[in-house]
Amino acid sequence: MTETTRKTGVSRRTLLKGTAGLAGFAVGSGAITGFPYVMSAEPKVLRYLGTAVNEGDDISKQCLKDTGIKIEYITATTDDVTKRVMTQPNSFDVLDTEYFSLKKLVPSGNILALDAKKIKEFDNITPVFTKGETPGGKKIGNQGTAPWKVLYLEGKDSKTFAKSATEFVTLIPTVYNADTLGIRPDLIKRPISSWAELLNPEFKGKASILNIPSIGIMDAAMVVEATGKYKYADKGNMTKEEIDLTMKVMTEAKKAGQFRAFWKDFNESVNLMASGETVIQSMWSPAVTKVRSMGIPCTFQPLKEGYRSWASGFCVSKGVSGAKLDWAYEFVNWFLSGYAGAYLNRQGYYSAVLSTAKAHMEPYEWAYWMEGKPAEKDIKAPDGSLLEKAGAVRDGGSYEDRMGGVACWNAVMDENDYMVRKWNEFIAA
Amino acid sequence: MDTSDELLQQASPGLARGLGLTRQKAVRLSPSFISWLQAGPMMLVFLAFFLIPLVFVVIVSFWDYNEYQLLPTFSGRGYTDTFEGCIAQLPDLCTIGKTYVKTLKLCFMVWAITLFIGFWVAYFLAFHIKSKTWQMGLSLLCTIPFWTSNVIRMIAWIPLLGRNGLVNSGLLKIGVIDQPVEWLLYSEFSVVLALVHLFTFFMVVPIFNSMVRIDKSLIEAAYDAGATGFQTLVNVIIPLAKPGIVIGSIFVITIVMGDFITIGVMGGQQIAAAGKIIETRLNALQFPAAAANAVILLAITFLIITMMSRIVDIRKEL
Repeated sequence: MTETTRKTGVSRRTLLKGTAGLAGFAVGSGAITGFPYVMSAEPKVLRYLGTAVNEGDDISKQCLKDTGIKIEYITATTDDVTKRVMTQPNSFDVLDTEYFSLKKLVPSGNILALDAKKIKEFDNITPVFTKGETPGGKKIGNQGTAPWKVLYLEGKDSKTFAKSATEFVTLIPTVYNADTLGIRPDLIKRPISSWAELLNPEFKGKASILNIPSIGIMDAAMVVEATGKYKYADKGNMTKEEIDLTMKVMTEAKKAGQFRAFWKDFNESVNLMASGETVIQSMWSPAVTKVRSMGIPCTFQPLKEGYRSWASGFCVSKGVSGAKLDWAYEFVNWFLSGYAGAYLNRQGYYSAVLSTAKAHMEPYEWAYWMEGKPAEKDIKAPDGSLLEKAGAVRDGGSYEDRMGGVACWNAVMDENDYMVRKWNEFIAA
Repeated sequence: MDTSDELLQQASPGLARGLGLTRQKAVRLSPSFISWLQAGPMMLVFLAFFLIPLVFVVIVSFWDYNEYQLLPTFSGRGYTDTFEGCIAQLPDLCTIGKTYVKTLKLCFMVWAITLFIGFWVAYFLAFHIKSKTWQMGLSLLCTIPFWTSNVIRMIAWIPLLGRNGLVNSGLLKIGVIDQPVEWLLYSEFSVVLALVHLFTFFMVVPIFNSMVRIDKSLIEAAYDAGATGFQTLVNVIIPLAKPGIVIGSIFVITIVMGDFITIGVMGGQQIAAAGKIIETRLNALQFPAAAANAVILLAITFLIITMMSRIVDIRKEL
């Protein structure tokens, strides 16, 4: 997922200024590396590059308390995280990124795989990542860049993904979720059960999808398949013909005025939904929560075709070694030890090691978030604000039902370059 | 030579030369060297932060690339991909063609409207407001749109222009319409509105600047010679305000040509923009393709500006 934090940026001039600033920052931070190696008494500091999803202040505070490691967050959008890994691999230590980026990151050689043997809870990581099935044994859809396809490397410095388990893990999983359409039940006033509804003329001028090509096209593919127009071999890796077909369907809908707007960042999606400009759109779980916390009914609607899922995890920069690498392991181990997992679960995401997270949650919280049971007490967000009143049931139900219902994963296609060009054509149409 | 003398020499070469005659030790600097010295710092900044990066952009635009890196071999792929289908799809426009037609159309509309509004605002400030303080105060008012961030602005338009917004509910109440008007938001209308709202200021300032420097006696002379108000405007004020008009136009056109954030936000991301193509390519790590698009955008913008400066020779008029 991408959380855009772009500010004003009116002209190319401002953009240039921003880039210059970033370059300056890179030079500055480059000068700092090397310090901690020399002085062992230096405080343990890790520069943590990632999107805003995991970067809670509570997490870094708790980490400092438990391990003495100071986490310095570097927050960027998904695309910018990838760009930064490519262009400034020494500007961060720990990287938190999505599995689908690995197809770009691993061949670049700018990241280091972690050693599974040094991860205490590795064997307890949910089978969603390792086997592609839920703890209850439900098979999970493997279209797109499913994590288990890219979880292991053949060797320490290998650039090839291993077919079976090795000790070299590309990303130690941290957080993941199953995404679907968000709807305004108060304005639609009837049950919605299929992705096909996104193109239903009934919602003409009131639908939206996201304008991030790699994710948008997956949602579009879910819709095309749901309408029965075409069945993809792999939605996450389309052929040129399939891309053409998908974009043709979407272009026709766009020309017919089906879409009110496309959205690009979290806040835009919240505004569109909260203001009633749209009543059905692709959405992310915390955005739905945000709309609901404004007192506006919004449902993260489970659909019969299943969810589009994403997952992210940790690795380190190739520049990390020695004591710093040890801290990185210490930090990753701490992250999986429960506090952070519980924190993420309470936001509606899922944690990678379920057992430790469970130990850090109240039984009623676990029952609501993970088991799909009605809330015994009021459900609060990590910051203490009220999310749901007692009696509410989570959209989509239990972990088993939601993750078991995943149809495809965020992906980078082999024809990515072509797809991006077609997406631009779609926007221009 | 002491520093004050040096400063004086830079500030006013003629005077310094005069002083130089009285002091034996003074080093003679030729006037042209001094002008180079004066322009030097800006030139260096331009060279380091504009020309050199620009050269890199042009070079990279001819490179090849794969999913994760730039391949420094000569390739026209960035350009051929960009113009993909431009001949095959004739008479229909290809993506890049459509995008530029749209961008130029928006640019022209914004330019025409900001020029019209900006001209009259500047006219009002220059000829109807007598006090300098009021002139300053009122021109500062024009900067209000810049006091908020783009994020705030994009959120603020929804309650005003949205389906359930102020304008729609107002029109519904007085019975002008019986269905909310959809084209108020996420349309070309809203894009132009937002851009005009933002950039009229860039027209006002240079035109105002040109106008206040018009010798008032010229206007009186025109009046004495029996010219009507309209004739004075067309034959005296507009020709003399031309440099301001051209400078303002250059500001507005260059900004709108490269804008993709306002167009994206106000157009509901459904309106193509030349800048947007570059951003999408960058985000997909296709740097050479992005660079090629940047070069194309720069060339087209440069063409427009060259045409404009053909009409008015700014250097001569200043």
